Amino acid sequence: MIPEGAVLLIGGFMGVGSPHRLIDAIVARGVGGLTLVNNDTCRPGEGVGKLIDAGLVARAIVSHIGLNPVAQKKMLAGEMQVELVPQGTLVERIRAGGVGLGGVLTPTGIGTLVEEGKQVLEIDGRRFLLEKPIRGDFALLDARQSDYVGNLEYSLTAHNFNPVMALAADTVIAEPHHIMPVGVIPPDAVKTPGVLVDYILERAR
Amino acid sequence: MDAKEIIARRVAQEVRPGMLVNLGIGLPSMVANFVPSDRHVFFQAENGVIGLGARPPEGMEERDLTDAGGGFVSAVPGAASIDSAMSFGLIRGGHLDMTVLGGLQVDERGYLANWMVPGQMVPGMGGAMDLVAGARRVIVAMLHSARGASKIVPECTLPLTAARRVSLIVTEMAVIEPTVRGLVLRECGPGVSVEDISAATEAALIVPEDVPQMNLG
Repeated sequence: MIPEGAVLLIGGFMGVGSPHRLIDAIVARGVGGLTLVNNDTCRPGEGVGKLIDAGLVARAIVSHIGLNPVAQKKMLAGEMQVELVPQGTLVERIRAGGVGLGGVLTPTGIGTLVEEGKQVLEIDGRRFLLEKPIRGDFALLDARQSDYVGNLEYSLTAHNFNPVMALAADTVIAEPHHIMPVGVIPPDAVKTPGVLVDYILERAR
Repeated sequence: MDAKEIIARRVAQEVRPGMLVNLGIGLPSMVANFVPSDRHVFFQAENGVIGLGARPPEGMEERDLTDAGGGFVSAVPGAASIDSAMSFGLIRGGHLDMTVLGGLQVDERGYLANWMVPGQMVPGMGGAMDLVAGARRVIVAMLHSARGASKIVPECTLPLTAARRVSLIVTEMAVIEPTVRGLVLRECGPGVSVEDISAATEAALIVPEDVPQMNLG
């Protein structure tokens, strides 16, 4: 389903809350030229780090690559383009992409390298950076459980970027640990309504 | 007591009852060890938990409960799990009382550089830029010098984390408060004189008449 060159929003923070079965499937198929949007580049051999090891990522939009020497090497060698985005800006850019906003005005990054080439707006005497929305072709999410209509419930620090990414891609594929009958997840526990989710794939045991 | 413990103990004195506090990875995370539990402080890990607890005993780790460094943690009673938008909403929105971060350089304006060394080390800023831009109080916890060079400099030569004056610098030698007038020396570390600090500091320091010893609790 995922073609060469696709823009992938993948949930997870250092691999926690990442859809590991989907990542393994992409590596197995060897789909290249991807743009990866994730909090970080994880570690070699783990989480989204596997996509980088396999040379499938042409461009990474992340907040941190410090724990992945393979990602650093590929960046310095020019084999992978890396756009470093402050973490809070990254999540809001994705949110903007998902909720129909034209951008985000944030104080984060003012007076730093992040400001370069971006518009600065002064609003009521305070300066803000205009950060543009991010959208993906696909969002690949992890969830604790889903039901058959795709309602998602998350687990502890495995929430991270998943609920926001669910809004910001043309096709949303969730990988819950368990798929339950409709009615098992109470409405108050649903963090991502099933209408946003196109496909569910249960995590292999 | 080693240098890092001095720093962690001194920073712990800044933590007030009921605060929401974010500790960076590495040295800053040691601060939690010296904050008494009766202070009812909630620690935030920006990857998505308020009410961070100690590392669980071996075999008791929860797969989906980690800190911002990716290490296993526990959650205290009253904890809440949140997504990244809420987590950084708290940080940027002024709801975070205090953040403690490591530093590569701090300068006379009180500006911090802590996220990259061009050409050598480009880990990325992670949440640091948001934390410095948004937290109510920003405390830099770092060794006074690195490889013989002062980390407190007239003007940062490394890329800035934010163009914001941090609240306090705590090293094993000194507590320094950046102000509009410049860097004010507030306290001396154990067994360290004002002269020692001036000699080890490249930046200009404003030295009040009375500079007490650090209170390490």
